[in-house]
Amino acid sequence: MKFVIAIVKPNKVDDVHNALVALGVKGMTVSEVRGYGRQRGHKEIYRGAEYQIDFVPKAKIEIAVDDAEVQRVVEAIGRSASTGKIGDGKIFVFELAEAIRIRTGETGSAAL
Amino acid sequence: MMPALDSGNTAWMLTSTALVLFMTIPGLALFYGGLVRTKNVLSVLMQCFAITSLVTVLWVAVGYSLVFTPNPSPGLNAFIGGLDKALLIGVHRGALVGTIPESVFAMFQLTFAIITPALVIGAFAERVGFGAMLLFMALWSLVVYVPVAHWIWGGGWLQQMGTLDFAGGIVVHVSAGVAGLVTALYVGRRRGYPATPMPPHSLTLSVVGAGMLWMGWFGFNAGSALMANGTAGMAVAVTQISAATGAMVWLFIEWRRHGRPSVLGIITGAVAGLATITPASGYAGPGGALVIGAVAGAICFVGATTLKRRAGYDDSLDAFGVHGVGGFVGSVLTGVFASAAAGGSETFAMGRQVAVQLLACCTTAGWSAVMTWLALKVADVSLGARVDEEQEVAGLDLTDHEERGYDY
Repeated sequence: MKFVIAIVKPNKVDDVHNALVALGVKGMTVSEVRGYGRQRGHKEIYRGAEYQIDFVPKAKIEIAVDDAEVQRVVEAIGRSASTGKIGDGKIFVFELAEAIRIRTGETGSAAL
Repeated sequence: MMPALDSGNTAWMLTSTALVLFMTIPGLALFYGGLVRTKNVLSVLMQCFAITSLVTVLWVAVGYSLVFTPNPSPGLNAFIGGLDKALLIGVHRGALVGTIPESVFAMFQLTFAIITPALVIGAFAERVGFGAMLLFMALWSLVVYVPVAHWIWGGGWLQQMGTLDFAGGIVVHVSAGVAGLVTALYVGRRRGYPATPMPPHSLTLSVVGAGMLWMGWFGFNAGSALMANGTAGMAVAVTQISAATGAMVWLFIEWRRHGRPSVLGIITGAVAGLATITPASGYAGPGGALVIGAVAGAICFVGATTLKRRAGYDDSLDAFGVHGVGGFVGSVLTGVFASAAAGGSETFAMGRQVAVQLLACCTTAGWSAVMTWLALKVADVSLGARVDEEQEVAGLDLTDHEERGYDY
């Protein structure tokens, strides 16, 4: 099993979600985060005091997938989250040691 | 013939009382509250509510009497009033001040006594403990607001000299603004200031608060006419003109300087215009209001930006930069624009009047500065004014009140 973490632009979450649902992905977790890669932050001014705000709002999507599915999932995320501009985000793939469904106690792929 | 109760005037003054209270809770509370960081929003709201309650009790106990009743000794009366109406004894249902019930007059004046210390909290926001703040405000109300109000509105020496302060440019804004500067210098800068960004956590709240202040200011200025008449009407007009002009001037200065007009800028400009017209609001004409508003937008802009940053003090929410500077400038300009020669309602020698206004501003500023320092010293020694580093980092909402402003 693999665990996929995708950092995407907040306004792309719905597109990514729709693409994953179309693939048959059965669940995911989305959180609001801040961060930056190559995208520089922005400037804010309050009563003449200028601040450089480095962190940019992003969304983090976390999904547990079967090994067989991970290629398609990664492609779907990449396609749906892309705008072609700096700040589109990144996708990370981790090895997932175990997954457990809390209600039934199922483990492994059956829990996904 | 003694004036009888005028129900029109009374209705207006009842309304004005509510309008000016509205300026503190929740107007100023939201305006200031939105400007601080999330972890301190409750502390600001709490300070406004607490000051409202505290000052009410002190006002009823001794404040009203000390401002508005004469001292038995005429010599002392130049400086402070008497205790004839302590606990509002004698202020019964039938008692009148002019054509309105004395109860209404006393409550209307109370709302000014409330908002003046509330303005000061902007200077030391995010770093002073609640207990010390409460003690400081109790002392400050009694040793700064009460005497100054008596000097200028209660028959004291500055009023006798002919000082013109229609609605509190000196009594409210100069005294509070200078007190703000002194407290900001005394407690020192916030941890991390000015390098760390501390943007307002909710400009949305601040805009709501600013709108409430603008609207409430009609009660503040036009209510100070104590009558529903032409003076009140013109006060509404000049208040509106000055607020709007202040807002536009600040907006355009900022647009030019920083490339973008900002929401914080426009609301601050409006408040600057409102504060600066306050002393002249019952005397100036529309032309004077245009000038005063424009000057307010420009000078308070400097006060809240360049001056503050060059001098290095952390007047967190610009109590001095906007109210202190605006009140001072507006009060001096009153010496010009209150005059019939400049479109105003009064007749006097302009040169002498400006000098009197300057004297009133400077003595009030000086008195406020010294007594503020003393009051804060007492609060500091007894209870510790500045919170420690851990508390400041965690935020006053949690450390002083064990509450969170937002629970989502």
